[in-house]
Amino acid sequence: MSSLAQSLAQPLAESVVQSVDWLAVAPPTVTAVVALAVLVADLFVEERKKAVLGWTSVAGLAAALLLLLPLLDGDRSTFCLTGDADVCSYTADRFTLVIQFLVLGGALLAALLSVTALKDANKELPEGEFWFLLLSSAAGAALLPASRDLATLIVALEVASLPAFALVGLRHGDRKSSEAALKFFLSSVTATAVSLMGISFVYASTSTLYLTQIADRIQHVDGQLQTLTQTGVVLTLIGFAFKTAAVPFHFWVPDTYVGAPLPVAAYLSVVGKAVGFTGLILITVIALPSYADVWGPALAALAALTMTVGNVGALRQQATRAYSAVRLLAWSSVGQAGYLLVPIAAAAYSDDAERSIGSTVAYALMYAAVNLGAFAVAALVGRTKPLNRISDYRGLYARNPLSALILAFFLLCLAGLPPGIIGLFAKVTVFSAAVDAGLGWLAVIMAVNVVIALFYYLQWTTLLFRAPEGEAVSHIVPAPLTAAMALTGVVGIALSGAPQLILRFADTGLF
Amino acid sequence: MIDINESVMQFLLAFVVVGPLLGAAAALLPAPPGLKGKSPEQAVLRHGVTVTGAVLVAAIVLALGFDHDQPSKMQASTDISWIPALDVRIHLGIDGISLPLLVLTALLTFLCALYSYFKMPAGPTPKAFVALLLVLESGTLATFAVLDLLLFFLAFEMVLIPMYFLIARWGGEGRAAAAWKFILYTLLGSVVMLLGLLLIGLKAGTFDMVALATDNGRSLTTSVQVIAVLAIGVGLAVKTPMWPLHSWLPDAHTAAPTVGSVLLAGVLLKMGTYGFVRILLPIAPDGFVDFAPYLAAFAVVGIIYGSLACLALAKQGAKGDLKRLIAYSSVGHMGFVLLGIATMTPTGVNGALFANIAHGLITGLLFFLVGALKDRTGTTDLDALAEQTGAALYGKAPRLGGLLAFAAVASLGLPGLAGFWGEMLALFGAFDPAAELSRPAFLTFMAIGAFGTLLTAAYLLVVVRRVCMGAAPQDAPKLADVQTYEFAAWTPLVALTVVAGLWPKTLLGLTDPAVQQLLAGGTR
Repeated sequence: MSSLAQSLAQPLAESVVQSVDWLAVAPPTVTAVVALAVLVADLFVEERKKAVLGWTSVAGLAAALLLLLPLLDGDRSTFCLTGDADVCSYTADRFTLVIQFLVLGGALLAALLSVTALKDANKELPEGEFWFLLLSSAAGAALLPASRDLATLIVALEVASLPAFALVGLRHGDRKSSEAALKFFLSSVTATAVSLMGISFVYASTSTLYLTQIADRIQHVDGQLQTLTQTGVVLTLIGFAFKTAAVPFHFWVPDTYVGAPLPVAAYLSVVGKAVGFTGLILITVIALPSYADVWGPALAALAALTMTVGNVGALRQQATRAYSAVRLLAWSSVGQAGYLLVPIAAAAYSDDAERSIGSTVAYALMYAAVNLGAFAVAALVGRTKPLNRISDYRGLYARNPLSALILAFFLLCLAGLPPGIIGLFAKVTVFSAAVDAGLGWLAVIMAVNVVIALFYYLQWTTLLFRAPEGEAVSHIVPAPLTAAMALTGVVGIALSGAPQLILRFADTGLF
Repeated sequence: MIDINESVMQFLLAFVVVGPLLGAAAALLPAPPGLKGKSPEQAVLRHGVTVTGAVLVAAIVLALGFDHDQPSKMQASTDISWIPALDVRIHLGIDGISLPLLVLTALLTFLCALYSYFKMPAGPTPKAFVALLLVLESGTLATFAVLDLLLFFLAFEMVLIPMYFLIARWGGEGRAAAAWKFILYTLLGSVVMLLGLLLIGLKAGTFDMVALATDNGRSLTTSVQVIAVLAIGVGLAVKTPMWPLHSWLPDAHTAAPTVGSVLLAGVLLKMGTYGFVRILLPIAPDGFVDFAPYLAAFAVVGIIYGSLACLALAKQGAKGDLKRLIAYSSVGHMGFVLLGIATMTPTGVNGALFANIAHGLITGLLFFLVGALKDRTGTTDLDALAEQTGAALYGKAPRLGGLLAFAAVASLGLPGLAGFWGEMLALFGAFDPAAELSRPAFLTFMAIGAFGTLLTAAYLLVVVRRVCMGAAPQDAPKLADVQTYEFAAWTPLVALTVVAGLWPKTLLGLTDPAVQQLLAGGTR
């Protein structure tokens, strides 16, 4: 009798208690654990030793990055369905690893910037909370590319964005900061609600949350449910479009960037974007390839609008207005989001969707390194010129030649002109994805945008080399900022010499 | 002419392209001990002369080692994979079409560096000036040496930033606006060109120019070729510049410092026409046939327009600027080059390539002379110079006046000087265009173009009369005549103008076989 019960219980236990591949889930897990550890440690660390928390977080992010290395040997999946081992919630394939590298690397650089920013803020920012929020958001962002069902996807998305709202509004007693946080929060929550609704519609018509199964079943939906499904698809996409700050969901960006502490703005510009477009890629290319005729044109239109509005917004910034440098970076990041969307839209039209996706990934990697570098220099200038106007950069070359040269390099990379070779070739891959997919009109719009963008990037660049107004005072560059600038600079220059390092993603399958 | 090992040739070509870049990086570093010179400024300017000199020597050795019996064959070629993802290869090589342009670029840049060593344009530090000049040289040389479409685009873009800064920092009046106009126009053109290049590369499955030229457009459908020619043509036409896309040129030339103008006219414009010959003619011939009559029409309009603009500027009381006048004359001269290319015949294309080189030599010299005139008199305004009677340069500075007159008559295409052959061959080509093209149309173009040569002669003679002749008042201060360093910078240009005029075979012997093959079905 008991042996019978045992033999019955065993498969049951096996099917309920899964073995978890801890190594595969290590990168986001480590980040989350360090986040909790920092939060707890904050209670016990003395006031003057708070810097330890920052360095612990930096070390935690570095460790999470290192944990990506053992995963390189092949695809791993975990949290799979017991009945069907092919359907999993968490997959660490090449796509996941590249995005996790991008997200964690971006978070690491933002953390380096934050170390100095927190020190300069003189206890105006609560350190323990700051690091906890930053790390939790990074953990969510790292989880997102790996998730392969809609529930995990939404959870990851919320874990990534909820702490970000708090980060934006963290400056106590700063009205602008709280206002920015509120704007960001309200619009983001609306978007989440919309996409949740969409997901529930999709679930209702396909009765599954797993992306691969959705892809399969959505083609055979009952005729009566067609409208429901289509509405669901559109609503889900809208939610994710918001996260990439695509037009018309972009209006929160400039105010949020200006209101947030600078490292947080840097973090949002890179990691926040990565979160959005990863979600879009997963939903469009993996879950809804059969709806390509719906999301293809929609994304193409969205891309065209986004890049145009973003670049025109950046063009309109006046150099002497307060925070114009950050505002310009914010608007230009909207424009860059438009370029990122182009290959995703192209994926709808091309036979080889993975190649197109690879172009987005390659572009995002370039953009992450270069944009964070630009923010690092902005953080440096912001230390002596807290208003961070573009006109404050005048004569930077005379004060600090190396940082001026490197900022010029970053800006030219963003503009896509030599010597920023990697920026040029990243744009070339995006262009070629569009041309290959037959989206000639989008390529032409993008070409015009590249010229608009060149204008404001180059305007800023020339300002760096102007004769300074007044006495040239050289700054002392704090070590973490130096590290961040050196890291991004070396990456940018190395990539310019060997673009293949990231462009290979545009050539091979990622999934 | 002399036998040089192939791997040495490969190295020389790579050095010609990469050397200036390394030199530019070195220019930004402090001078090493022993090379400090009298002052940091002098040291860095000397560094510029050294590097461009070394590049010129390498280019001359390349020309000597070039197998002149087989100018249609790609020589000194290197082919290394660089970005497999985009199928970009570092493919370098020279044939009879690119070799003369390569040498011309190296020569003009060296002369500019030499000239600035003695006469640094007013502006910020020479350090940045030399570095930018070297990056510019590298970009132009790379344009003529690379054989990969995307690399060509990269090289094409590489000259933008240095030229922008040269104009915006070391230029004259109105430089900021002129520099913006220059970079925005050319960038808009070149991104459109990128789309065309991508279209060709993606449809044909390779970006390699030699493979594409050998294929001769067989793997591209006519509609693809038409779109590609339109897109690439626009980019190249902005650079050339072709009327009506030329309006950036006069401003850029007027505002640029002397060496900037010399390089802009002498070398940068050639990148556009070279692209027509190297990319459009062999790679998309079917598409090019459709556009050739329009190209020719725009070209002759450019010839007439440029000449009329010059005549208007040269008129008394028009407040014409000499630099602007030469810039407009460039529009006319490049019109002949485009007309030659548009005929799609060996005669016309050879003429175009010849006119290219001749224009580089002569207009380079003219800009040098006008720059020197400006240094002496402080103005390039024709009315201010000539006043009522004429500037009487023959009287005040006879050698300078003589050189100016020489350059002017060379520019108007006097037989026996370099300017003659290219324009004559281009018109000849238009007399008997390729079989697919409408002969009556091209005969009309030829007639209009020939009329343009008359107008060209008219305005250049007016300029000579107003600047060189005239009654010099007895008490007029003498102008400093040509200095030694100016002689050093200008003599090579004068000598080559005469040589190319008297002995055109040196050039045509190089280009003709290459052009024949290019038109017949690609390079070997």
